[in-house]
Amino acid sequence: MSKTLKVDYLARVEGEGGLLVRVKDDKIAEVKLKIFEPPRFFEALLRGRKYSEAPDITARICGICPVAYQITAVRALEGAFGIAVGEQIRALRRLIHLGEWIESHALHVYMLHAPDFLGYEDSIQMAKDYPDVVQRGLQLKKVGNEVVAAVGGREIHPINVRVGGFYRLPEGRELFPLVKRLEWAREAALETVRWVAAFPFPQFERDYTFVALRHPQEYPVNEGRIVSNKGLDISADRYDDHFVEEHVPYSNALQSALKEGGEYLVGPLARYNLNYNRLSGAAREAAQSAGLAGICRNPFKGIIVRAVETLYACDESLRIISNYKVPRMLHAAEVRPRANTGYACTEAPRGVLYHRYRIDDDGDIVDAKIVPPTAQNQKSIESDLREFVSRNLNQPEEKLVWQCEQTVRNYDPCISCATHLLKPSVVRE
Amino acid sequence: MMADGNENNLMDGSPVLVIGVGNAYRGDDAAGLIAASNIREKNLPGVKVVEESGEGAALMELWKEQDAVILFDSLRSGSEPGTIQRFRAGAQPVPKDIFHYSTHLFGVAEAVELARALDRLPPHLIIYGIKGRNFSMGPELSPEVEEAVPEAVRLAMEDIRILQSPERPGPN
Repeated sequence: MSKTLKVDYLARVEGEGGLLVRVKDDKIAEVKLKIFEPPRFFEALLRGRKYSEAPDITARICGICPVAYQITAVRALEGAFGIAVGEQIRALRRLIHLGEWIESHALHVYMLHAPDFLGYEDSIQMAKDYPDVVQRGLQLKKVGNEVVAAVGGREIHPINVRVGGFYRLPEGRELFPLVKRLEWAREAALETVRWVAAFPFPQFERDYTFVALRHPQEYPVNEGRIVSNKGLDISADRYDDHFVEEHVPYSNALQSALKEGGEYLVGPLARYNLNYNRLSGAAREAAQSAGLAGICRNPFKGIIVRAVETLYACDESLRIISNYKVPRMLHAAEVRPRANTGYACTEAPRGVLYHRYRIDDDGDIVDAKIVPPTAQNQKSIESDLREFVSRNLNQPEEKLVWQCEQTVRNYDPCISCATHLLKPSVVRE
Repeated sequence: MMADGNENNLMDGSPVLVIGVGNAYRGDDAAGLIAASNIREKNLPGVKVVEESGEGAALMELWKEQDAVILFDSLRSGSEPGTIQRFRAGAQPVPKDIFHYSTHLFGVAEAVELARALDRLPPHLIIYGIKGRNFSMGPELSPEVEEAVPEAVRLAMEDIRILQSPERPGPN
């Protein structure tokens, strides 16, 4: 049997991409996740700019996870300048990052991914049958936005994060109103876990190489070592020794690979599998009652993991707010640029985000490298598609195409994030 | 907000929310933001102006309890650059494809249609789409779009006048 499954424009993903699966004589001949959103050259844009501009410039890479870009940039630059921030600054950064997780996960679970499982073309059709559920998702997302706004000054592209600390620190009374909202949100997140756990999941597992951050005490959000389930354990400054980016002709985003072992997977599933014992008790319990053990290798169940992480993010945000004391210092007393290279990784909602900056003595950026999660997951997405289609060749074509799209959306790919990476090449003949 | 439906509220200065949608650094995608800021400069009583990236859930939240909303956004496909399209969202579905742009994954059209499905559309929601030509990086507008913006503002000013006057029509 030969056939070509083609999706010209992937719906319900951020950015513009398509996919192509070509089957020849019952074998998969070709799988391509095509990313054709125009590249945006953010790294080139950063060259020659002041170090202090990096957090706000890189935040513009994404409207969904700007906080992750800001926090990664400030941590990389603080590393370059030898700045250590205090415990409360660190906690505030964790809080704003968790707010982003809540809004991003709620948007993905309710608006972009759930329709796949329930057989709706989009959330608009789903809302006609499940208005209360969709309202719950929108409210949950809003609570995440409120957390981001309370710490970051505004909901999208927050403006309050700076190298060394913050421009302004929220008073306790500005955070306390979030408590009631987050308590509501944690109940909503629990409901979300129950709701998505009942979805029909295809039987599909792969032996992934999971890569995520790991922190000695915390579920990883804005710091940790880079670890895998296959022995990797490095700090962010060793990232370039172990990971490599390649250009493939059909994608405007570079594809990442592990030098020692090819494709790998980042994101909620990887975080969960590598950090299950760092979740809050309630989040672990919810995961168990949703049928997830400590290890989940079914990418379709990523939607449950997102719901579990949303619950965790609510719990952890509540914990941070209850312990919050306005830091004595707004930011490090003095930021003294020096020629050096800084590195940092954080966990954006979609997985590990890596930044590297080379700075000169004047504090100007000489060179920048940014590797977002979607670029890292591209090979894994293609392998999922290859495996899934080869195991389901007998299904009707329409259903197979549907499930291919669903397979891509398991990753909640952010194509806009991924496409600032292409290195343009000039071919001369 | 028209809290009690009292006709007396419909006098000069009754609330109208103006939303500009777009990305100031993506060429003609900034058209909606510029149109909205032109209205802000007029300091009209009762008129509040906000700027948004166009993320749908945020838009729905913004207009949730509003009675009268005017939204400006750039259009990607359809007619000639600089063309202005006006939609009364309550009366007609908003074509999904023309508003969809990469930064608006769950965008204006989806927000309108989702709000309709949830019965949460503002009674008066008027959308102005300005057809753009160039959406690449940079702050410059195409000449056609630059010309269209004041015209869209003029039309919206007339809407605001009617929305704030006793001759205001019923919900669309």
